[in-house]
Amino acid sequence: MRNLSLRDLDWPLMLIVMLICGVGVLQIFSATRETTWADAWWKQIIYIFGGLFLMWIILVIDYHTLLHHVALLYGLSVAALLGTLVLGRQVFGSVRWVPLPGGFRLQVSEFVKLVIILLVARYLTELRTDELEVRDLLKLAGLVLVPMALVLKQPDLGTALTYIAVLAVGAFVAGLRWKYIAAITVVTALVLPVGWHFLKDYQKSRLISFMDPDRDPQGTGYQLIQSQIAVGAGGMFGKGIAKGTQTQLRFLPVPHTDFIFSGFSEEHGFVGVVAVLSLYFVMIMRIVQNAQTAADRSGMYVCMGVAALLLFHMLVNVGMVVGKMPVTGIPLPFMSAGGSSVWSNFLALGLVNNVRLRRFVN
Amino acid sequence: MILPPIDPNPEVQVADKPPIRDDTRFAAGKIAIFQYGAVAIFLFLISGFWNLQVQNPQIYDERAQQNSIKSVPILAPRGRILDREGRVIVDNHASFSLILARESLKEEHLMPIAQGLDLDYYDLLDRVRRFKSQPKYVPIVVKEELTPADLAFVDSHRDFFPEMVLIQAQRRLYPQNGMLAHVIGYTGEISEDELDSPEFANFNPGDVIGKFGIEREYNDRLMGVDGQRQVVVDNRGQVRQVLGIKPAVPGKDIQLAIDLDLQAVAELAMDGKNGAVVALDPRNGDVLAMVSRPAFDPNKFAVRIKAKDWREIADNPDHPMLNRAIQAQLAPGSTFKPFTALSALETGSIDDKFSVHCAGGISLFGHYFHCWEPKGHGTVALHAGIVHSCDVYFYTIGVKEGIDNIAFYADLAGMGHPTGIDLPHEAIGVVPSEKWKLRNYRQKWYAGETPSVAIGQGALTVTPIQLARAIGGLAMGGVWYHPHLLKNPDKPLKPDVWSLNPDNVRDVVDGMYGVVNEGGGTGGRARLPFVDVCGKTGSAQVASAALGKGSATHNLKLNAWFEAFAPCHAPEIVVVVLWEHGEEGYLAGPIAKDVLTAYFDKKKRLAQQAAIEKQALTTKMAALGNLALPTSDRQSPVSTPQPLAASPQTPTLE
Repeated sequence: MRNLSLRDLDWPLMLIVMLICGVGVLQIFSATRETTWADAWWKQIIYIFGGLFLMWIILVIDYHTLLHHVALLYGLSVAALLGTLVLGRQVFGSVRWVPLPGGFRLQVSEFVKLVIILLVARYLTELRTDELEVRDLLKLAGLVLVPMALVLKQPDLGTALTYIAVLAVGAFVAGLRWKYIAAITVVTALVLPVGWHFLKDYQKSRLISFMDPDRDPQGTGYQLIQSQIAVGAGGMFGKGIAKGTQTQLRFLPVPHTDFIFSGFSEEHGFVGVVAVLSLYFVMIMRIVQNAQTAADRSGMYVCMGVAALLLFHMLVNVGMVVGKMPVTGIPLPFMSAGGSSVWSNFLALGLVNNVRLRRFVN
Repeated sequence: MILPPIDPNPEVQVADKPPIRDDTRFAAGKIAIFQYGAVAIFLFLISGFWNLQVQNPQIYDERAQQNSIKSVPILAPRGRILDREGRVIVDNHASFSLILARESLKEEHLMPIAQGLDLDYYDLLDRVRRFKSQPKYVPIVVKEELTPADLAFVDSHRDFFPEMVLIQAQRRLYPQNGMLAHVIGYTGEISEDELDSPEFANFNPGDVIGKFGIEREYNDRLMGVDGQRQVVVDNRGQVRQVLGIKPAVPGKDIQLAIDLDLQAVAELAMDGKNGAVVALDPRNGDVLAMVSRPAFDPNKFAVRIKAKDWREIADNPDHPMLNRAIQAQLAPGSTFKPFTALSALETGSIDDKFSVHCAGGISLFGHYFHCWEPKGHGTVALHAGIVHSCDVYFYTIGVKEGIDNIAFYADLAGMGHPTGIDLPHEAIGVVPSEKWKLRNYRQKWYAGETPSVAIGQGALTVTPIQLARAIGGLAMGGVWYHPHLLKNPDKPLKPDVWSLNPDNVRDVVDGMYGVVNEGGGTGGRARLPFVDVCGKTGSAQVASAALGKGSATHNLKLNAWFEAFAPCHAPEIVVVVLWEHGEEGYLAGPIAKDVLTAYFDKKKRLAQQAAIEKQALTTKMAALGNLALPTSDRQSPVSTPQPLAASPQTPTLE
């Protein structure tokens, strides 16, 4: 029985996250004025406070307890994903969202991310080895593959890929030998063309238009081109809040969710971009630091999982905005409007702080 | 601040199985690599922004601007063209035009657009390329007069080809069957050559301008000023904000001196013939009717003429595009004789008693000149000479007065220089003289050429409008008004005035009266029962004419002319008829007669109508009470320009 002090929270990390959230709210406000989403900004504020509350709850529960119940959480996740997939269309009208009372909708796959982090952490810790065997990795991959397949089936390629990112970083940190890393890379490169056939048409065309956005500018390449135009139009110092023509004139698709950073880039320019990306960078570095100072391996794996998750989100979302990544439709952490995303991110943040609060336990 | 106590039962610690070094040190290297990876990722992302935002942001800024601002023209309707009574000759009708907004134009879209709209792809590509040098807000009109099928195509493909914009346009609607075609002309898209000329310096490619006839002459007045709407559009092509509207200024209507009733009659009379009819009011120069046949259909030009239609017109040996009324330069033949007579009288070379014996020909300067009547006319003086159109008489007086006197009066009457009519490309004809010959041929005038000119042949050529003006001025006693199509010209040209001896004028006019009204006169077919008509026939050889070179089959036939005015001593209307290859001048008489009949019938009808109205008014006034208002006697019957019930709104032939 110990008393844990809130003083031990990672306050610099919290400050950075809250700054990012604030920028996000402003940008949501700017991008959605006079649109059907005009109420998104204050909803986002509610989500953020809700997220802080969720974070507090997860802080209370020792992460070891969470890891202990990971089998249960995993089972629940698969059941929930399966349920939305099977029943979703008939019952809720969507396979991705579960409606909650009060008009909220939960995106199950967002929360499954956290379970994946815990699963990977628990599995790798229990191996009690400094060198990960391929056999073990394949077992773990098999476990991750089940929810991932269900998410892919929705279809939500972007979110499914985040699971892989968590798995990959976990495996890397756990000591996968370089020759295996090389082998996996080669196998992946060989398997990808086969996987191509399993992609949905719209996913294929997204990838095609990522390679050549001008090919069908009004179709799938449209989002990429418009986003690049918006970013480029921002120039060095941007056009000012609510002055970006691309954003304000709805040339940008979903300017407050997946493409929120395009609008931000247009209105705040390169200077603003570097400032916010620096915040994100420091945020991830703080999380990595928490991994380094974790009391045990499981804590370290949890923190690294969160860092991997957020870094992957950054890479894919911001890369998409500048046209360096295909359009996959995953949100920018803490900025994109949306309850599920905000809450799962705050829960992830809670996990990191959870580990941090208990770093002196042993 | 104290958190609630955590779960006190961490009995399932992961670390309670075999002892391991449960610390994180083993992973320090991997974590460091992860950190380097994160740095690399962020640098990668920032480099992306650097490329877009710092290295060449203006490209994207320009694209962002183009994305959002579209300029949509508001086409100004052209002014209508009305006849002297305000009846509509040329109107507009609403139609849709498709333009390509160049801000969002993609060249690779042109192929499907061309296919969808049934346009020639290479034509379209050409047009688009031609606009390259123009500012972006100048749109490209791709197709006018869209059919319902075109509209459906545009509507259903707007999302794919956002550059397609529909605009309301006013299309020209011209009379059918080529009525007034040469007078009105047609409009068309400005050509590249025209764009280079100073006359059209202020125009843009794609502008529709008057190309021919009145449409061209009064283009500035008829053409309005197009407006423009600058709008901000969103990605769905929907207008989100109107930045500014410059309203279109519609073109002004213009009123012509043309009387549609007369015009319709003249057109009908010329149906199936080649030639021209000009009707003037000699008292002010109003052109009451002007026909040129064969005609073309200006409606075919109203949009963009199809290559096939154009070839049909251009290759026609009858030259339908030629406005014969002002452009056919032909020998006037015997219709020139009144001028020969007048000049001989004015210069005192002869008097009205001077007579000549006609034996069917005469030898002059070693050459035998035939009279058209091989049997001869016997002894003829001035009156009989005109009435019977005796060539020998005019050979003689022509030689007597000399070429330069003939030329002086012909020139005075306006031959050999433009009449100044408000139509483009008027021909000027030729009045031969000693000076003319010297200047053009570097040769002295040969006296043997004079007899031919005296009977309206030789090098002498006139246009129908010149002849009409000349004879009208003669009938007016020496006041030659300049013909004009606009009813109220802005800057009316002063008439050319020459104080002719009224006796001489009467002699000539009496002769022309005889042509129509006396036995043996050549123009008896133009006689009218209730009005004195003066006239003169002409059957002219075409050999000297510039026209007709191409049509060998007709070459040998004579051109039939007829000039007429009425009433003889107070002329109100002059009619000149040219029937190409009509053989005999008297055959052209009935055409002139039709026009004169229409004119005087209408005048009579209007007078009767006015009288009835006046009577009705008087009765009404009387009924209103004993106000004893004096009824105005000064009310002229002609001053009630209400269109008659019988006259159709836009008369068409057939």
